[in-house]
Amino acid sequence: MKKSSLVSAPILVAGLGLLLAGCGNSNAAKKTDNSQNQPKVTAVGSTALQPLVEQAASDFQSANKGTNVSVQGGGSGTGLSQVATGAVTIGNSDIFAEQQPGIKASKLVDHKVAVVGMAPVVNKSAGVKNLSMAQLKGIFTGKYKNWKQVGGANQKITVVNRAQGSGTRATFEGAVLEGAKAVKSQEQDSNGTVQKIVSSTPGTISYLAFSYINKKLQPVSINNVKPEDSNVVNNKWKIWSYEHMYTLKGKSNKTADKFFKYMLSDDVQNGLVQKLGYISIHDMKVQKNAKNVVTDK
Amino acid sequence: MDDIKTNLTKMTQPGQTESIKDSLTRPTKATHQDMMGKAISYLCIGMVSLLVLSILYFIATKGVATFTTNHASLLDFLTKKNWNPGMLDSHGHPQIGALPMIVTSFSVTVLAALVAAPFAIAVAVFMTEIAPQKGSKILQPVIELLVGIPSVVYGFIGLTIVVPVIRKFAGGTGFGILAGTIVLFVMILPTVASLCVDSIKAVPLYYRSASLALGATRWQTIYKVVLRAATPGIITAVIFGMARAFGEALAVQMVIGNAVIMPKGLISPASTLTSQLTTEIGNTTMGTLPNNALWSLALVLLLMSLVFNIVVRLIGKRGRIK
Amino acid sequence: MINAKQSDKVATGVIYSFVGIVILILVAILGYILVVGIPHISFNFLTQPAQSFKAGGGIRDQLFNSLYLLVLTLIISFPFALGSGIYLAEYAKQNWITSTIRTAIEVLSSLPSVVVGLFGYLLFVIKFNLGFSILAGAIALTFFNLPLLTRNIEESLASVSDLQRDAGLSLGLSNWRTITRIILPAALPGIITGIILSAGRVFGEAAALIYTAGQSAPTVDYANFNPMASDSFLNPMRPAETLAVHIWKVNTEGVTPDALSISAGASAVLIIVILLFNILARWAGKRIYRRMTATR
Repeated sequence: MKKSSLVSAPILVAGLGLLLAGCGNSNAAKKTDNSQNQPKVTAVGSTALQPLVEQAASDFQSANKGTNVSVQGGGSGTGLSQVATGAVTIGNSDIFAEQQPGIKASKLVDHKVAVVGMAPVVNKSAGVKNLSMAQLKGIFTGKYKNWKQVGGANQKITVVNRAQGSGTRATFEGAVLEGAKAVKSQEQDSNGTVQKIVSSTPGTISYLAFSYINKKLQPVSINNVKPEDSNVVNNKWKIWSYEHMYTLKGKSNKTADKFFKYMLSDDVQNGLVQKLGYISIHDMKVQKNAKNVVTDK
Repeated sequence: MDDIKTNLTKMTQPGQTESIKDSLTRPTKATHQDMMGKAISYLCIGMVSLLVLSILYFIATKGVATFTTNHASLLDFLTKKNWNPGMLDSHGHPQIGALPMIVTSFSVTVLAALVAAPFAIAVAVFMTEIAPQKGSKILQPVIELLVGIPSVVYGFIGLTIVVPVIRKFAGGTGFGILAGTIVLFVMILPTVASLCVDSIKAVPLYYRSASLALGATRWQTIYKVVLRAATPGIITAVIFGMARAFGEALAVQMVIGNAVIMPKGLISPASTLTSQLTTEIGNTTMGTLPNNALWSLALVLLLMSLVFNIVVRLIGKRGRIK
Repeated sequence: MINAKQSDKVATGVIYSFVGIVILILVAILGYILVVGIPHISFNFLTQPAQSFKAGGGIRDQLFNSLYLLVLTLIISFPFALGSGIYLAEYAKQNWITSTIRTAIEVLSSLPSVVVGLFGYLLFVIKFNLGFSILAGAIALTFFNLPLLTRNIEESLASVSDLQRDAGLSLGLSNWRTITRIILPAALPGIITGIILSAGRVFGEAAALIYTAGQSAPTVDYANFNPMASDSFLNPMRPAETLAVHIWKVNTEGVTPDALSISAGASAVLIIVILLFNILARWAGKRIYRRMTATR
């Protein structure tokens, strides 16, 4: 009888798989033992910040052989809660840790690596290019229902808000709504989906980071101030926020420190940061704290 | 074969130290094999059960935390219509009314299943009774391909084709239960159809022969005999498809509008349990009420799919062909 | 009144038109993806690494990761599914324990994938310290594969005629030998179908992998065959973005100017890869089936 068996082969392979898992386990365990000097850094969190950090990490690794910086998404909330428990080295976030409920911000160290501007965008059919701040607030609180009421076409207004608790929404509501409650509306999580929905649905309004605004969308000026980088640096354009990279206090990591230094270097700030549509942290003439108070730098 | 031979030679060999009685009562090699085999399969099922139990336990504890550690009211959760777990209402209770999402999830799922069922049955009848060879050659590979398309691609097609078409013909923004139903219908159709095929195939051939011999037409045979006999299997298939639809997230999220409002009609934006869960979970912090409330949504999903499954089993038990 | 013959004609017509509509829909979807996507597929697209903000990025790493993840997932899930399938089809008694196990396994299949992803993240990535890795992703995907594969294997085994079992036992083979040498080979075609369907699920899954296998594809060295080296393409402990996750990423947060064409091209590649995998699996299945059952 032939010895080749349909059953023994997979079982052998399963054993191999378990062995592999075991190896991986012990490897990982070994690495965490000397966590002070470990060359492996994991950054988790904000999906909006991810492209920048990912590209910077890949450049950083090719310049510093032997280091390993792994960048993943998961959302700002995930990033903050995971860095706070020490599960990951860096937590990427679109919002201040102080603004995220359930996070002890005093335990975290903030590294601001870039500034992102956001602008209201409307579908081109709305016929609106400029709104006053009060009008914008009225639209998002449900006071205005038709574009006619704010000087546009005779068309129903459809608000597409961003996900509750997302950094983009916190920034926008902080700058525009001033504590008022947003109208119940559609909500979308990602910049890409919002971009697609607003460009294809007549009468919609939403808001996006500058880098996602394309020719198919109509960005809206507020009080005749255009949504441009040059207006953000002096706070003429009010809707902007920092991109944060948080670490846990008292748990220093050499590779991470080196990486932050690299992120803040002129090479990255004047190169990659601007290429990806962010604003360099060094260009800012004002600063904002966690309570949304803006002061001169 | 070898085993039998060796066993036989062992038993018949004279002059062996052990008696015939011993060699007959001692467990043979085959018995050992059988024990080993049994052990392997028991080990596997044990591991699988362990995996399943761990995830069920995990979701259950997280989902219950909303009501035990955060002391939110279960009644509020099931009957109120305001979903905003981060904020308190005028009485100081957290706003965790999940009713709109539960209603929307149900409507989308049931509608998608209702639309998909006749099509799936037609396809299955075609593939088994009318043109078995052509049918399985073309449809089987297509079904296998469709399973592998990422749901975000379905969502994208829905967003670029289905939503504008609905907007044009039915008005509104195009986002809503109708768009969700259409996308889900396409997504569950392959699953439901292939399960229907299985159940119709399981109807014994002599049922058909008997019916045809009585002078019934093909349609009479299909309708009065084959489909009747296959009914429990078909219902199982549809419920299985419903369970799939209930758990689908990424595609539905893109076309349903994602607004936690009681649906007013088929074309007003709404939100399902899964779409809300997927949108919000990355933005909340572990252990806080907003996060726990989302896990409660997951628990509802889990319980619902449990109910679907139990229904399937009951139908299967009742309607088994004897 | 219409008579039986007429209603037979009408009903047949209705079935034909329903089937026609379904075929139209399915072909339209596949056609749409392929027609929109194929013009974007080029040699460069398949062999270049992805770009995070410049145009002209490819999908080399993602494509390889998808395949590697599929292999790892099958290595982990197939033996368990096989053992469980054998248990359920051959050994399980008809009692409440068996039906509870069955229900529990099937409940898994309708869990939203993001829930499984987060569970995998908290348990495997964090607790077991696997980090964002292909291995963690493969374990998470096992949760999706198990219900499908187990059910499929069980059904294929059960559909083998009892005559075959009796024949095996009457030859004096042990129960286990009968199962592995006679029943399993006879059930092989059905099992292959199950593998193909679950492979499709692995290729198409995104939400569960975002939290486990990760969504960044670090540069790897395709000449390094040592699976323990951190830059080796075979290292199961490295984070890996699959094709479906890449499609999700460029659609939701992509800032590359050619995001749409990448997404379209990658979707078409995905379909072609699944098609190739199906053909390959069927071919291999047929060969093994012939060898093990001696049918021509």
